[in-house]
Amino acid sequence: MTRTPSPESAGEEEKTAETWPSGGGGTAMRLVVPLQGVVQGRGGLVLGSLLPCALFYVLQLYLKRKNRSSSSSSAASAAASVSELPNGIPRTTSRGILSSKTSVGPAPISSRASSVAGPSDSPYYVGYKKCLEDPYHPASNSDGVMQLGLAENQLSLDLLRDWLAENLKDLALDGEEGNLSISGLATYQPFDGLMELKMAVAGFMSHVMQRSVSVNPSRIILAAGATPAIETLSFCLADPGDAFLVPSPYYPGFDRDIKWRTGIDLIPVPCRSIDNFSLNIATLERAYNQAKKRGIKVRAVLVSNPSNPVGNLLNRETLYDLLDFATAKNIHLISDEVYAGSIHGNVEFVSIAEVLQTQDFDRSRVHIIYGLSKDLSLPGFRVGVIYSFNEHVLAAASKFARFSSISAPTQHLLVSMLADSKFITRYIMQNKTRLQKMYALFVNALKQLGIECVKSSGGFYCWADMSKFIRPYSEKGELELWDKLLNVAKINITPGSSCHCIEPGWFRCCFTTLSEGDIPVVIQRMMIVINSHNNRR
Amino acid sequence: MGPLENLPIGIDQFLCTVSFLIEIRLLLRRGVKLPLMGVEFGVLLSEIATSDAHGEDSPYFAGWKAYDEDPYDAVSNPSGVIQMGLAENQVSFYLLENYLEQHPEISNCESGISSFRENALFQDYHGLKTFRKAMASFMEQIRGGRAKFDPDRIVLTAGATAANELLTFILADPGDALLIPIPYYPGFDRDLRWRTGVHIIPVHCNGSNGFQITVKALEEAYAEAGAANIRVRGLLLTNPSNPLGTAITRSVLEEILDFATQKDINLISDEIYSGSVFSSAEFVSMAEIVEARGYENSDRVHIVYSLSKDLGLPGLRVGTIYSYNNKVVTTARRMSSFTLVSSQTQKMLASMLSDREFTENYIKTNRESLRKRHEYITEGLKNAGIECLQGNAGLFCWMNLGPLLEEPTREGELSLWNLILHEVKLNISPGSSCHCSEAGWFRVCFANMSQQTLDIALRRIHAFMEKRKTTKGQALR
Repeated sequence: MTRTPSPESAGEEEKTAETWPSGGGGTAMRLVVPLQGVVQGRGGLVLGSLLPCALFYVLQLYLKRKNRSSSSSSAASAAASVSELPNGIPRTTSRGILSSKTSVGPAPISSRASSVAGPSDSPYYVGYKKCLEDPYHPASNSDGVMQLGLAENQLSLDLLRDWLAENLKDLALDGEEGNLSISGLATYQPFDGLMELKMAVAGFMSHVMQRSVSVNPSRIILAAGATPAIETLSFCLADPGDAFLVPSPYYPGFDRDIKWRTGIDLIPVPCRSIDNFSLNIATLERAYNQAKKRGIKVRAVLVSNPSNPVGNLLNRETLYDLLDFATAKNIHLISDEVYAGSIHGNVEFVSIAEVLQTQDFDRSRVHIIYGLSKDLSLPGFRVGVIYSFNEHVLAAASKFARFSSISAPTQHLLVSMLADSKFITRYIMQNKTRLQKMYALFVNALKQLGIECVKSSGGFYCWADMSKFIRPYSEKGELELWDKLLNVAKINITPGSSCHCIEPGWFRCCFTTLSEGDIPVVIQRMMIVINSHNNRR
Repeated sequence: MGPLENLPIGIDQFLCTVSFLIEIRLLLRRGVKLPLMGVEFGVLLSEIATSDAHGEDSPYFAGWKAYDEDPYDAVSNPSGVIQMGLAENQVSFYLLENYLEQHPEISNCESGISSFRENALFQDYHGLKTFRKAMASFMEQIRGGRAKFDPDRIVLTAGATAANELLTFILADPGDALLIPIPYYPGFDRDLRWRTGVHIIPVHCNGSNGFQITVKALEEAYAEAGAANIRVRGLLLTNPSNPLGTAITRSVLEEILDFATQKDINLISDEIYSGSVFSSAEFVSMAEIVEARGYENSDRVHIVYSLSKDLGLPGLRVGTIYSYNNKVVTTARRMSSFTLVSSQTQKMLASMLSDREFTENYIKTNRESLRKRHEYITEGLKNAGIECLQGNAGLFCWMNLGPLLEEPTREGELSLWNLILHEVKLNISPGSSCHCSEAGWFRVCFANMSQQTLDIALRRIHAFMEKRKTTKGQALR
């Protein structure tokens, strides 16, 4: 198809091909002359098209190399800006200042670590700490701080304990048949988890999703909790300075889990009470465009389904819209489904995996985060899952898994537990019943105080509207109420501002750490603070 | 130009498409699926995910692959590859097995059923206090009581791999560097650099003085960093050394700490093989040096430990960071949320490691068994005409095959390594994958196999050396 170049242009081509890599003074002229010809339309078709294309190509290569070599300095500044400036404006690294060694003090720690080292003033962690120091117990410490800020399911631990009591004898560590035998534990295991556990977890995931999804164990990477799972996935999908769009309010832990070490930023996409805090695709689109204008590269959308802290489920329509959006922008879609098996409402849970089974979307951009901390009430055992349809993500994540592997005996124990399908079925059913009951009791109790909650269907918490009790109607007012509740009423709940909620006055209250008898105590304590707050008006 | 006017697309468009397609080929390296040529790029992954900084293409790992494909088994595959490239400690298994047999309550968690609730929910990054106490005590016993460890300075991580990476994240920014004496554990290239973006600058050590670290070498490495405008944030030692199998002497440790103090950089002492020193008296921990100096300037010292080597339990994923710097302890603790140890494992080990009778006996017996193995293999190698570096620790010996090289280069070493892997059927680790500056050294592990297997390995080496002698003899005639 290419026309044979004329002798004249062939000669020029050869010359230019030679001089390309060098580009010294004399050779520059050899470049300039034919270029001038091209610009003036004299270069001929081949030259006229080959030259610009090749130039463009070389320019791209040069830019890529430049980016790579300066990525260390830009990453440093990105890391510094991410951790130190809330509005994300990149600033020059303070390396120059730090490297003048006049101080005799301890060797400074990295800028990545400095933001982590300081005392944490985030309400989420302050409240958590207070509970640890002075935990409520109905009998032994009735004046202690009641923990409604930690989404832990304590409602069904007895079921697990009983199973262990019955079955552990058969899993003796020293026996050879017992699958907890020492020789099985001693050697190095595959870092991304034993295949038996992957298969067991795949089965469990399918089970909790009402068997509407068939989960493929070879697409699973196991990690020591959903926390490293989401961090590892983030390392795979984006570079320092890039960003994820996250519908807000969102789980406060994401700010730590995703931003700390990866240098990736999170851009909240606000959801509003008039929409019942459901995701609005138009808002997502707007946020994406704004980020683009600021020169920020968005690499993924991160949704939680069921959502945390609201407890909403994403419906099929929204999932299609999300997939369309991600495809149109050519970005990833991460679905954090850790509460998939903790549905208490009468709504059907639809996993993104289910949608992919029935519709023809590009799966390589979809990744699911899961874990056993919520649905199986075993946060201490540290089991998290990356479920991805992208081969390259799986390959990279399996290598990253060495930094957060699950302890072998724990894996073996869980294989046995998950294999007991009768137990698992019974557990899921009974757990759901208890969740439903507790949710109903707690939401009704809050109603007595005049506190309405968003109608939610999943998770261990409810999203409560206390805006009428805060004064002023702002984040300041919200935090004042939070402080009173923590220090006077001694109840730890999570203020919406920690979750990046744009409307003040909303609080996340977890009810799965309570027993039925605790509810009146909570209400009573809350009443005191709310009344005194009202009286101050 | 005339005949081409009627073509559906112009030549320039065609050429642009061609250069476009060349770009796509480049992008294919970034892990992209292309449904249609030139129409859609597909979704991109991060730079880290697509780089080969994981280092798994090096000979160190290639040998493992060869082993996986043809593993030795005394009964089913007696001519298979014997794995001598994995530093695992299997010589003291029986001690653990016996202990667990005598204490079934640990494995059955019977005593734990009532406290199951706490156990199942426990995800506090402070770690179980009883377990930290037990770890502190175990670390003290290994050092013969010559150093004290405060349980509140212990941060737990899922293995020493995670501990080293975590410390690197905390002490260095992307683009900064750590100084590491060569030869070093090949995994460091991945563990310390991959996700952290930190560089490693080697500190050169030579066979002429037994690969000991000298101040001169430290100064040179530091200057090299300065010249490249790279900021050095720390020095990482492995003591006892992997792959050398030697414990660093007190005087050298003192010099190193002085150097770090003078340059105001951190000092990480990876002491995961501290329980594998053949004679307790020969190991000096950085903790001892720090204590002897009254904790002056100790804010820069951090020690890494793990149960994978000394206790032979790598599957449990238990590592620790012990830091004398409060800020580092706090930060490491918070960041350890990415790499927590299962509560069940912590509980199990807390019981086991608090049993002083067991731990003292274990430490003593383990040392003795390793010493015997080491003696056995070095004698065997000597008889075959192979010298090893004089070692006093670790699960391996540092063997010198320099005299056998065709040419004293990396290529020569790798061709010898290949020969040994495919003909002698032994997977040993070439010094070049450990960044050794002298060709011909190999790391040979001896603790990850039975005595019988070790015998067979030695016999194969013997036969190999004999064959070479006769072939050489023939060539000379």
